[in-house]
Amino acid sequence: MSIDTATAARVAKLARIKVEEDQLPALAEEFNTILGFIEQLNEVDVEGVEPMTSVTPQRLKRREDVVTEGDQQAKILSNAPDAREGFFAVPKVVE
Amino acid sequence: MSDLNTLTIAAARDALRKGDTTSAALTAACLSAIEGSGALNAFVHNTPDLAMQQAEAADARLKAGDAPDMCGIPLGIKDLFCTKGVPSQAASNILKGFLPEYESTVTQNLFDAGAVMLGKLNMDEFAMGSSNETSAYGNAVNPWRRSDDDTALTPGGSSGGSASAVAADLCLAATGTDTGGSIRQPAAFTGITGIKPTYGRCSRWGVVAFASSLDQAGPMTKDVRDAAIMLEAMCSYDAKDSTSMDIPVPNFEAMLTGDVKGKTIGIPREYRLDGIPDEIDALWTAGKEMLADAGAKIVDISLPHTKYALPAYYVIAPAEASSNLARYDGVRYGHRAKLSHGDGITEMYEKTRAEGFGHEVQRRVMVGTYVLSAGFYDAYYNRARKVRALIKKDFDDAFAAGVDAILTPATPSSAFGLGEMVDADPVQMYLNDVFTVTVNLAGLPGISVPAGVDAKGLPLGLQLIGRPWEEGDLLNTAYALEQAAGFVSKPAKWW
Repeated sequence: MSIDTATAARVAKLARIKVEEDQLPALAEEFNTILGFIEQLNEVDVEGVEPMTSVTPQRLKRREDVVTEGDQQAKILSNAPDAREGFFAVPKVVE
Repeated sequence: MSDLNTLTIAAARDALRKGDTTSAALTAACLSAIEGSGALNAFVHNTPDLAMQQAEAADARLKAGDAPDMCGIPLGIKDLFCTKGVPSQAASNILKGFLPEYESTVTQNLFDAGAVMLGKLNMDEFAMGSSNETSAYGNAVNPWRRSDDDTALTPGGSSGGSASAVAADLCLAATGTDTGGSIRQPAAFTGITGIKPTYGRCSRWGVVAFASSLDQAGPMTKDVRDAAIMLEAMCSYDAKDSTSMDIPVPNFEAMLTGDVKGKTIGIPREYRLDGIPDEIDALWTAGKEMLADAGAKIVDISLPHTKYALPAYYVIAPAEASSNLARYDGVRYGHRAKLSHGDGITEMYEKTRAEGFGHEVQRRVMVGTYVLSAGFYDAYYNRARKVRALIKKDFDDAFAAGVDAILTPATPSSAFGLGEMVDADPVQMYLNDVFTVTVNLAGLPGISVPAGVDAKGLPLGLQLIGRPWEEGDLLNTAYALEQAAGFVSKPAKWW
């Protein structure tokens, strides 16, 4: 499986990372090196093996579905690059 | 008392309780050592005022009697831990200026026990790296140098600043985190002790996430006793981390008897790799002999899927990272790119992430995106998770057969020069974690203990891997190894 520059561009788009056109060939090559390394996994017989979701078999704890630490609007907005009138502000989304 | 910054936690604790010194004096000694350590680039945000306040509070507590073991002990904190009101940016430009409104559970536990924070420590960006060269703060530098030249060496990574700071006596101990070897590899490169506990022992709440199913915090210390003391203070059940384990935390220090008679130590044949320096092999053999002399039974074991641990890791960790790092979008915190006229929200995301993330982080996020994308999810991600299950089963089988701990080298080499790996492909750098990454995939506790030096005078470590939740027994075996190895070398001060 070889990654070409079109695939590299598509992955960058999916990851929402801007990659300049002239950087795509090098990126594709790096992907190919890493994926070539990962290909070894195909040698392993995984027939009938369940994919691991948790290293420790445990039932996640349940709790009441209630607000535990609410009413922190100012704290939540304190690190925002742009916050106005109690909201996060972003560029226009709808034309 | 002179050179208070060189004390172990245990020695400082005893001196504090006897009234031979004060936390204020210990803290001042460390702050002064930090001031002269710019060349190491280990501390990246200093908090001297906070440290002195905490030290005074600790002294008051000590005076009142009944202070916990960590009371008054000055520590460095890896930049991955969110610390309230103190810069916490995971060595990334995307979190530049971020001031958490909350405290991570691990640092809160340490502060509740009276520990003092001297400042934040350098690391690889988002803990992705094995040499501390991906940091937005620049390289951290190893206080150790080769005996025959002055080349600046890596302290390892990702907890490189923590390792450098502890080895150079800038603090008594430091926090680290370990996703694929990020505590144990830097500990080995700098001649200190580092333990990654069982997954679920330390709360991940407030620790900037890299790969959530692998990340664990742990202490980096000057010896095994300190690791036991500090680990106990860091561990707790935490309702804020759904994978945190609700079981009691034992008194690990009380379990250090040094008696390993009758213990079974497994030597995995798959860890004997081609191209590993003879010195590492010799050290491994010496470690076996030391534990055998101490009365342990040494047995050869097989962990047949070892070879596939690194490739499985380099699917699972980037996959989880791509998901975790999706939150850095320029909206809620951290950096937002300057936008051009007409740019919409997609351009904002793309430019922000291109500017804020360094090269290695971008690469891993994109690899993760690829292995999780439609059409490849089964072939890569699910297959890697199945291989992970087999890797864990290898360990389960060994423990079921009566093995108490497994002895391996900690790293495939001693510390290498900063910049030496620049032209290597990324996979070459990933090989640093070949002995450590299996432990994260299986969720087991693992400890790196300094056990000798190579021909160039650089420290080498041995790794012990324990049964899940049996850190106390693992620390005791490490204690026996430490006593037998008698490693006491310190780097000559040049900085």
